[in-house]
Order: sequence, then C-alpha cells, then structure tokens
Amino acid sequence: MAEIVLRDIEKFFGDNYVIRKLNLTIAHKEFVVLLGPSGCGKTTTLRAIAGLEEIDRGDVLIDGRAVQTLEAGDRDIAFVFQLFALYPHLTAYENIAFPLRATRGGKAEIDRKVRDVAHSLRIEHLLPRRPSHLSGGDMQRVAIGRALVRRPKALLMDEPIGALDAKLREEMRSELKRLHIENDATTVYVTHDQVEAMSLADRIAIMNEGVLQQVGAPTEVYHHPANLFVAQFIGSPVMNVIPGRVGQEGGKTLVMIGSNGHGTFEFPADLPGRISAANYRQADVTIGIRPEGVLIAREARPGYVPVEAHYIEPLGAYDIVDLKVGDQPLRARTASGFVAKAGSAVWAKLDPAQTHFFNTASGESLNIRLGDL
Amino acid sequence: MSHVQIENVTKRFGGATAVRNLSLDIADGEFFVLLGPTGAGKTTTLRLIAGLEKPNEGTIRIDGEDVSGWSAAERDVALVFQYYSLYPRYTVRQNLEFPLKSRVRNYSRAEIDQRVERAAKTLRITHLLERKTDKLSGGEMQRVSIGRAIVRQPRAFLMDEPLSNLDAKLREALRAELKDLQMSLGATFLFVTHDQIEAMSMGDKIGVLNQGRVVQIGTPQEIYNRPHDTFVAAFVGSPAMNLMPGEIKDGAVSAIAGKVRIGRQDLAAAANNGPITLGIRSEDVRVGDGQPVAAKVHHVENHGVEQIVTLRVDGVLLKATVPATVPMAIEDSVNFGLDPAKIHCFQGSSGVNLTAI
Repeated sequence: MAEIVLRDIEKFFGDNYVIRKLNLTIAHKEFVVLLGPSGCGKTTTLRAIAGLEEIDRGDVLIDGRAVQTLEAGDRDIAFVFQLFALYPHLTAYENIAFPLRATRGGKAEIDRKVRDVAHSLRIEHLLPRRPSHLSGGDMQRVAIGRALVRRPKALLMDEPIGALDAKLREEMRSELKRLHIENDATTVYVTHDQVEAMSLADRIAIMNEGVLQQVGAPTEVYHHPANLFVAQFIGSPVMNVIPGRVGQEGGKTLVMIGSNGHGTFEFPADLPGRISAANYRQADVTIGIRPEGVLIAREARPGYVPVEAHYIEPLGAYDIVDLKVGDQPLRARTASGFVAKAGSAVWAKLDPAQTHFFNTASGESLNIRLGDL
Repeated sequence: MSHVQIENVTKRFGGATAVRNLSLDIADGEFFVLLGPTGAGKTTTLRLIAGLEKPNEGTIRIDGEDVSGWSAAERDVALVFQYYSLYPRYTVRQNLEFPLKSRVRNYSRAEIDQRVERAAKTLRITHLLERKTDKLSGGEMQRVSIGRAIVRQPRAFLMDEPLSNLDAKLREALRAELKDLQMSLGATFLFVTHDQIEAMSMGDKIGVLNQGRVVQIGTPQEIYNRPHDTFVAAFVGSPAMNLMPGEIKDGAVSAIAGKVRIGRQDLAAAANNGPITLGIRSEDVRVGDGQPVAAKVHHVENHGVEQIVTLRVDGVLLKATVPATVPMAIEDSVNFGLDPAKIHCFQGSSGVNLTAI
C-alpha cells in the first residue's frame, strides 16, 4: 500500500522559488507522470518525495505518515535515474541482489526474488553479465530490476528512458507500462516528453516554473487543457493559438481571426452567452484549435472560408498543411496528399466542437465546450 | 543561386571509410535533406561541400565549376551548426555585422546596416538587435546564428542538425520558419539531420544515407511510400514500419505462421518462392470485428488525436493506428487485417523492396 500526498510543498534554491505551494495526491497503485519543460521543478518534486531533497515548507505524506524528516533509506521507496547507476564490477544478478543484502532473507529467498524480477523484465539470460557487456536498454532494465526487487511501496523514476535512442524508448515505454500493471507499485515518473506522459500515465501532472498547472487523465489534459501552457505543451503538432474576436452580425455569431476580416467563421449562437457566463468581458479572446480541428475542403462549401495553402509538410501517414488566413498562419491536419500542392486555394473551417477559448490576459481556459454548429 | 554536385566522392579517415563513392545532385533553390543515423556520413558529406574536408576521390562542383582546389572561404557557402557559435560579449547586431566587416568584402556602413536589418526582419529578431547574445534563449540564439549566415547572401546554406538542441515546441516552430526562409530566399539548402520528421516536413528531396552510402534519393512521399529497402522502411516514419518474416508461396504472401495470407501473383516471380520480410505501416493495419486475425492488445500509446496500438499474435508484435475514440485496453482481444494494397515485400537476403520496383 502506498498513497503519496504532497501538501503545500515549497522549495527554494537560494532566491529561486522552485516549487510553489504544490498540492498533489497520488493514489495507491496509481501511475502519475510529472511533466514539464526543463527547470519546471518536476525533478525537485520527485527528489522531495524520495527524501533526496529537503523541502522548505509543507508535508510529504506516505500512507498518511509525514516523512519529510525521514532519511531517504527509511521511506521504503525505490528510485530509477536517467543514467543507469549500476556497479560495474558486479554482474547483473549481483546488481539486482544488492539491495537485498541488507535484509535478513536467506540465499535461496534472495535467489528466488532476483529470478522473479528478472523474469518479469525478461532479462534472465543477462544475469551473469557485467554492465559493460549490456546495451543501454538492458542496463536500464537491470536498474529497474534492482529498484523493484525490494518490492518497495513506491517507485520513483526520473527520465528513466531519456538517454535511450528513439526506437528503444518506444519499446521500453510499453515494457514499463506492462510492468506497472503486473507490479501495482505506486509510481511517480518524471519526463519532459509529452508522448511518454500520454502513453504511460493514469494521470499527468503538468508543471511550469514551479507551479502545478493541471492534473488529469491523458485524454482530459489533451481535450480540456486548463490554460495555454498546457494546451501548447500537450499534443504534436502544437495547438494553433490565435488572437481572435467574437461578434454578432445579421443574426449570426462570428469568430474572426487575422486582419481585414479574411477569417470570419460562423459559430453556434450560444457562444457569446457562454463567454459572458465565464465572466469574460473583453472583446478579444484567444482561440486555440488543434490541427485536426481545422477542417479543409477542396471546393467552396457553406461555412468554409477561402484560404491559401502556403506550405505542405508531408509526414507520411498524414500531412500538416500550413494555411494563411489573410496574414494569420493556421496549421491543419489532412489525409496524406489531400491538398495536392503548395499555393493551392482551399477552404477551411474551424470545428466549433474542437475550438478552445482562453482569457487573453491570463491564458486561463474559459472552459467553453461547444457542440457542432 | 547555386547548383551543387557531388560525383563519386570517397572520404577515408585512417582505415575507416566515412563516405563511399557518393553522388548527389542538389538543384538550384532546392531544400535537400541528408538523413541517416549517427555515423552514416552525413556530416562528412556536408564538410566536404563546405571545403572543411578534402575528398580522397571524386569531384565536387558548385554551379558546374570544380571547387576541389578552392578554400572554404572561396566556396562562399554558409554553415549553421547544432551548437550556436556566437560571440557572447557582442550584441546581436554586432554578431550579425561580423561576417560583413571582413576586409575582403569592403561593404559600406549603409550596406551593412541594410543587410542586418533585412536579415533581422526575416528572422523576426529586430527587437533583439541591441541585446547581448548571452541574454538570449536557445531558439533566439539559433535564429541569430542563421541570421549571421543569411547576411552574407552566400551561394548555399549548409546546416548540420541546427534544431537538435531545441525543445520540441521550438523545433516545430523553427522547422516552419526555416522552410519559409528557404522559400523566400529561393536559396539552395543542404540540411543534415537524423530526425525523419524534420526531413519529411522540410525537404524537397531527401537523401537517405547509411554507412557512408546513399540508399535512396527521393521526395518525402517517394521515400515514405516506396522505401528502397528495409533500412529506409524502418528509418522513415513514426511509428516505424512493421516488419516481420514471411514467405511467398503459390502466388500468396504469408506471415505469422500463415495467419496472415495475401494473394499477390505479381510478386511470385520476383521473390522466387523464397523467404521475404513483410512490411506494413501502422495506418494500413485495420483493427475491427470483421478482420481475419485474432490478437491481444500488448500496449496502447495515446497520441491525442489517435492511438498507436501494439498487437501481439504468436509472439509477433505489430503496431496499428486506431482513432482515439475506439476504446482499447491492454490484454483486450481484438481482430486485425492488413490492407493488401499497402503491403511491402522485401527480399529475404538483400532487403530490397520488391513492391517498389
């Protein structure tokens, strides 16, 4: 059992306020990913849970017990780093068995535990080898084995696959997820890679400049980002963020982007009401729309406005088409080859159901979800 | 601006051959990407064109002239590297002016100012001109490095992984900017990268390199849809193309112990009824109740708009792209099939794509 609660955590490095009043509860057996750019405080938070970093204010609770004054070794937590810290003179077997030396178990019991964990990591054949004879991925598997062999209450991982090449990273992602399902250890995992976070996490906690921005399931942070930071950090290609205005004309509700009225799109009639209900009074609103929410047609259609396909990025399985709506760039995702060539005239529409609205000054989402027109 | 040709160039370092009998033709105004893994010979090729290395064999021509005897400066190409080499105590303006102040160029003050302003405007760094470069973010520094290359109006731009040190979001933004810049300058670009997304999204043409050799040259679509061999197939595209052992027998392609069977009379002769590697991209694997092969869900990757599902059948893993709206959980039972028109068959021994000939 391990539930981890972070309550009003604060941490300074000199004048640097690196964790600002952070509150987060990680449930028993949950896989939570701390996600953010470098310097956002995610690793410091993880180290505070591990006991490798003292905090200035707040509580770290493991199963209800405050542990911030306990040494790292007394918290019953295992840690895996980006750089495999294996003993070079020991075999993989001895490396994995190492944490058990201090426990009272007999030789047979230690052997059984090492072989169990090696089996679940599929590294049994590597056990006699020394780290210098292992590949990067295998070294990290051994490091994970060493962390798991004690059956710790919680497993903390700091970019454990960040140093591996792309292909191996993909493979290790799936292994880590399956391992978590088998082992049930409460896991806190730090990364700056949003694909890793989306694929592994039960819930993602996104941090920026020491402040927790949003905590939610992958689909929730993707579809309902709380602010512009989250909106642009999650998802690739990046969400379009465009200054816009909402107005009414001739009984129609319009969203306008770009100058000179080039990009005027009709939206559902309840939009202005929803914006005032969100207590937003400015005429300018920031529009967020992912490339898949920008719909493209090759001929004129009602509700679509003429735009220029400035450039096409063929990504193989699909294309990203860079549009110019007047002077406003806008990126759309289309089927591969849908727009034949750059410079073509096409028609575009913002899908109201996939359009996000943000407070221009604060960047906070207005939490408006529209139905289709 | 310039047409760059490399003909049968070989470059050795001691006993190691970095580039073997390599030929490339980069048209005037083309955005040409050299793509390959570490050690493929990409950077060596770029340095050979720049004049920073001399070939052991072969000829390099710029606009038809053999430049073998020319120094790097005489070749008049601009280089941008992964690590921005700016003067830290200088302002952005001073950094941009630097290449113009060389005595051999002898530009007037007005000319220098005008070129700096134009480059700064193109790269949207006008507001940074008076700032010291150590006060800039990584993306801004890389823009200044590119600015320093543009002010000279060189014959060609040679870029060696200029985006690799930037974070994902900035990389995406600069990708679009670089392509925009190249189109508006109409300049010849040679861009070296190991990142297939950069190659696909920016290149007019891609040259795929492996172990010092050119494996394939083509447009992004050609490289993706008709990979020359298993190396290109696995290297270009994310997720990588599914590759599995199979065979051709009696006019049909089969794999996974015969569970996958696709009639392809046309391939029977080419493959000589022998072993092949069957390739299929994840978007061409169909998942659904009506499909012929039963599998278990091994892993699910959430990419927001879609999910990449790893399927497991008889110990073989293969990836399928599935809309995000379809519920998928690990160890679910599902059915799949391969789009017969989209399969690739690679010859067993050589790995050459029989379907792309």
